[in-house]
Amino acid sequence: MYVTVKGGERAIENAHAWLGEERRGDPQIAAVSPAQIREQLSLAVHRVMAEGSLYDSDLAALAIKQARGDLIEAIFLIRAYRTTLPRLGPSVPVDTARMHCERRISATFREVPGGQVLGPTFDYTHWLVDFQLAADGEAPPAPTADPVPEATPHVTGFLNREGLIEEAPPSDAAPPDLTREPLEFPALRLQALTRSDEGFSLGMAYSTQRGHARTHAFVGELRIGAVTVEMEIPELGFAIEIAEITLTESETVNQFQGSKTKPAQFTRGYALVFGQSERKSISMALVDRALRWEELGEDNLGAPAQNAEFVLSHADSIQATGFLEHIKLPHYVDFQSELELLRKLRRAAGAAPRQEAAE
Amino acid sequence: MLDETLTVYDRKSWLSLLATARAGRAKALLDPLEIPVDFTWLRRPEIGSVMIRGRAGGTGAPFNLGEATVTRCSLKLAGDTVGHGYVQGRAKADAQTAALIDALMQTPAAETLTPRLPDVLRSEQKERRHKRASKAAATKVDFFTMAPGEG
Repeated sequence: MYVTVKGGERAIENAHAWLGEERRGDPQIAAVSPAQIREQLSLAVHRVMAEGSLYDSDLAALAIKQARGDLIEAIFLIRAYRTTLPRLGPSVPVDTARMHCERRISATFREVPGGQVLGPTFDYTHWLVDFQLAADGEAPPAPTADPVPEATPHVTGFLNREGLIEEAPPSDAAPPDLTREPLEFPALRLQALTRSDEGFSLGMAYSTQRGHARTHAFVGELRIGAVTVEMEIPELGFAIEIAEITLTESETVNQFQGSKTKPAQFTRGYALVFGQSERKSISMALVDRALRWEELGEDNLGAPAQNAEFVLSHADSIQATGFLEHIKLPHYVDFQSELELLRKLRRAAGAAPRQEAAE
Repeated sequence: MLDETLTVYDRKSWLSLLATARAGRAKALLDPLEIPVDFTWLRRPEIGSVMIRGRAGGTGAPFNLGEATVTRCSLKLAGDTVGHGYVQGRAKADAQTAALIDALMQTPAAETLTPRLPDVLRSEQKERRHKRASKAAATKVDFFTMAPGEG
């Protein structure tokens, strides 16, 4: 428990003034604009949109600036802003098969219809610091080629045709909403995972690869690109394209031995994340798959990544940081009572009383 | 090139183009036309959110993915034509322009507007997509099999 403490207003005011000055840094160096952050630190912006659960790149860029680059702080700002917005309605579920793919790879099929498209990837770079970036900011234009107008069907679709992989049968049931209802398992799994902390998801996913819940995943497909979002407009009576957003979708293909009721077939893990968020997306797909053990009739191996309560209750960076950081706020009364108790116990045990600490 | 004189837009198409146009773009195209407009608000611009949904496994049951900011407004022209503006992001001026154009497109002004607005927005959208698709195409992998001992 913490109680309100009077005093300290001036100290707080001055601390915030200093924060502002530190945020600005050396005034001899040009200030960074939110537009520069949006354009040049776009992956940080994407992460803030994904975990802030609000797609607005200008707002995310501004939040990053305000938070001095502390992304969890920026996500916190976005979540707080989000709660002030009236909800105009839900979208029609996005159709990722019609994504304008900028990157699309499959680790399971080399010759995949639509092709393997690398996109603007860090893969195959040599991870050497590029000192040229410090010298000038100009980039030569990227080479182009004529795009072939062809469909890019989901890879799991081919496996479905042979019945080799579990299907995801369509439904139109309205999903529950984590922002309005308490966290329920497993209904809110995908919503909770898509906005979960990237580091937490990565750690959980890695644990499954190291043997805690053996799900042995391949990236069946990873695709990144723009998707149009349609929304029904009540006063019009039809849907319009209300937004265009970049999404990262991952589908893993996982081993499955089959059970008494099901013939052996591959199972799948699924991820869909705001922005170009590849690491987060693959992590989400692995964790999604591990959490589905019960539904697939697998054994509970007692692995942390199989424990929905554990994973989904601790995956949110804002909930976690809120609870973690509150312990640094004044707890004087709590602490005083603990202090009293400890002294009493020590007296009862016959410890020699000494000069007591200043209170 | 498309024969632009033949393009007929339905309301869904022009509203969709307006919703995702770049900030200030529709206004920059509308203003030079100097179409006199007199309107009253039915709903002043308001910023809200749309909850974007995905489907589990890409095809399965819907789930809530996260929200996006959206601005909307509604207005009525002097001749009683109602226009609705819905745009992505926090953009009250753009929502107003969208609602004005939505209303005007339902009047005889549509003839003047079509080649100067929806046509332009559509070709810009196509060009934007084509540019990125061309860069993506250049990163498509061409596999070839090497003879044993090569490489």
